[in-house]
Amino acid sequence: MRSQNFALIENGPAIVGEDAALEIFRRVCRTRFFEEGLVRAVKDGFVTSPVYLSTGQESVAAALSVALPRPIIFAQHRCHGVYLSYGGDPVRLRDELMGLPTGTSGGRAGSNCVQCHDDGVTMHGHHGLIGENVPLAVGYALASGDTTLAIFGDGAAEEDYVLSSLGFAATHRLPVLFVCEDNNLSILTTVETRRSWKVSNVASSFGIGSEDLSDDPWTVYLKARELAKRTPALMNIYTCRANWHVGVGTDGPVEWDRFAEVKAALDGAGLKDKALGIEDAERLSMEKVWEQGQLRRLSGK
Amino acid sequence: MGTRTVAETIREITRAHLENGGMLLGESISAVGWVNNTVPDVKNIVELPMTDVAGAGIAAGAALAGRRPVFVVRFQDFLILNGSPLIFYAAKLKDLHGRSAPVFVRAIAAEGLGPVHSGVLHSLFMHFPGFKVASPMTPREYEEVWRIYMENDDPFICSEHRASYANKDELADETVDGADITIYSISSTRFEAKKALKLLQNEGVRCNLVNIVWLKPFALSSRLIEPLKDSKIGLVVDPGHEIAGASESIAYTLMINTGYPVKALGVEDRTKCLVPPLQNKAPDAFRIYEAAKGLLACTGRVFT
Repeated sequence: MRSQNFALIENGPAIVGEDAALEIFRRVCRTRFFEEGLVRAVKDGFVTSPVYLSTGQESVAAALSVALPRPIIFAQHRCHGVYLSYGGDPVRLRDELMGLPTGTSGGRAGSNCVQCHDDGVTMHGHHGLIGENVPLAVGYALASGDTTLAIFGDGAAEEDYVLSSLGFAATHRLPVLFVCEDNNLSILTTVETRRSWKVSNVASSFGIGSEDLSDDPWTVYLKARELAKRTPALMNIYTCRANWHVGVGTDGPVEWDRFAEVKAALDGAGLKDKALGIEDAERLSMEKVWEQGQLRRLSGK
Repeated sequence: MGTRTVAETIREITRAHLENGGMLLGESISAVGWVNNTVPDVKNIVELPMTDVAGAGIAAGAALAGRRPVFVVRFQDFLILNGSPLIFYAAKLKDLHGRSAPVFVRAIAAEGLGPVHSGVLHSLFMHFPGFKVASPMTPREYEEVWRIYMENDDPFICSEHRASYANKDELADETVDGADITIYSISSTRFEAKKALKLLQNEGVRCNLVNIVWLKPFALSSRLIEPLKDSKIGLVVDPGHEIAGASESIAYTLMINTGYPVKALGVEDRTKCLVPPLQNKAPDAFRIYEAAKGLLACTGRVFT
C-alpha cells in the first residue's frame, strides 16, 4: 500500500552526499516558491488560465533532474516542477502562464503544455491529453537512441496507449525511464476505485525492471540512477498532490508533507543551516519573479 | 502512359528514403504482399505490434527526433484509432509550440471490404488544423506530394487508394470550350469519372473533367475555377461519405467563390456492408453519369 516511507532508503542525504542532497533541495524549493508566487498571482488575477500545480510532488522532479541531468524529457500535464528542476527559466514559465509572447511557447500553450529547448534542455511540450507523451517518448527513443524520460501520472498509466508503449519499449529494449507520479488521484477518484492492478506489475510482466517507492527524494535519486543503467525501466512513485487537479484550491491537508520531511532529513544530516540558506535564497529569487509591480506592468492591470 | 505504376513509385521513393536514414513504421508491413508491393525490403523498417493509437504516437515521436517517418495505415478506417496522436499532437505542435513533427501518413483506402476496411476518411483530416492532405493517384502526383512533404515540416496525410496502385496513366484534366458541366473528381473516383465522361459525351453532354489532388490546403487555382466559370455547373465526386465530407466541403468552396451551383457526390449516409448490394461503394461511373444528368436537368438542360 502507498505510504510516505514505501521502499524508503534510510539516511538518504548521507548516502547521496551533501552536494547532491542540497542541490535536490534547492530544486524542490524552486518549484515550491515559484508556485507560491503563482498561487498569489492567480488569486490577484494576474494569471487567468488554468494551472496544474506540482506542489506536494516537487521532490520527484528535483531528484530525477539531479540523478539524470540531460535526458530527452517528455513530461506530463503537471509539469512545472519538471521544467524548473531541469533548469527551465522561471521568468519564461511565468510569462507563459500569463499568456505573454515571451513565454515558453509564446504564451499560446499554458500550464499543462510547457516546453523547453534552451541551454541544452530538451523538454517536449505536452498537449494536455494524459499519457500522450509516453508513446511519443518511446518513438523518440526508438528513432534517436537517446536516453528519454517519460513522466506520467497514475491516471495516465491506465491509458491503453501507455500500456502498449511499455510493451513496445520492452520489445525493442529502448532507453526510456518511465516515471509514474502516483498521487493516487484522477481528479479525485482514487487508484483503488479505478483498478485492481499496479503499473509496476504490468511493466514487470513486459520484462521491464520496475520499482514502487515513495517520493523521498534521496530514494528517488538513488533508484533512478540504478534503473537508468538498465532501461527500459519504470518507477512508480507514491506522492501527494497538494492542490486541486487544476487550480490553486486545496481539499485539506495532504497525506504526507514531503517538503517538511525533506527539511527534517537535512537537519538530521547536519545540513540545517545550508538548507535554510538555500530556502531563503530560492524564496527571494521566486518572489522577484512574481513581484507585484512587475506583474501589473506585464499584465496591464 | 508512363512506365512505372503508382505502387512501384511508392516503393522506390520509400527505398531511397529508408536507405538515406528515414524510417517506416506500420503493422504487418513486411507480411505477405508487403502492402501491395509498396514497401521495399530494406533497413529502417519497424514492424509495430497491434498498437493502434500508440503506433501513431510512436511515429510522431520518431518525427520529433527528425527521422521523417513514413507511417503506414493499411486501411483508412484505422485512422479513427490512430488519429489521436496525429490530430492532438503532431498537427497541433506548430501552432502551439512553434515546432514540428513531420510524419508522412500513408493512409490506404480500399473498396468492397466491409464496414471497417473500406472507408475513405481523408475529410476528417481536412477538418483539423495542422495537416496537409493530398490524394495522389498517379506516379508523378505521388512524387510531387512526396517532394513537397520533404520540403515542408507539416504532418501529411497521403490518402492513397488501392485502385491506383496499378495505374501508370497521369490522368490529365480534360476541358472543352462551352462545356455543359465540370466534374471534379477525387481519389479512386477519378478512374470512374473518366468512364462517366464517355457516357455523358455519348449523349452529347460537353464535360470538363478536373482532377483534385490537394485537399488541404485547397487552393482555388485558375485550373480549378476557369472550367466552372465556363460550364456554370459543377459536380464534385469523392469516395468518402458525402455528408460533411470532402465532396461537400469542396463543392461549397467552389460554389461560394464562383456563385455557380456545385453539387457534392459521395458515399451515402449508411454503413458499408460487406455483401452486395449493401456495400455502399464509392460513386461509380454510372452514379456520376446519373448525378450529372440530374444536375443538368435541374437547370433545364436535358440531353437524350
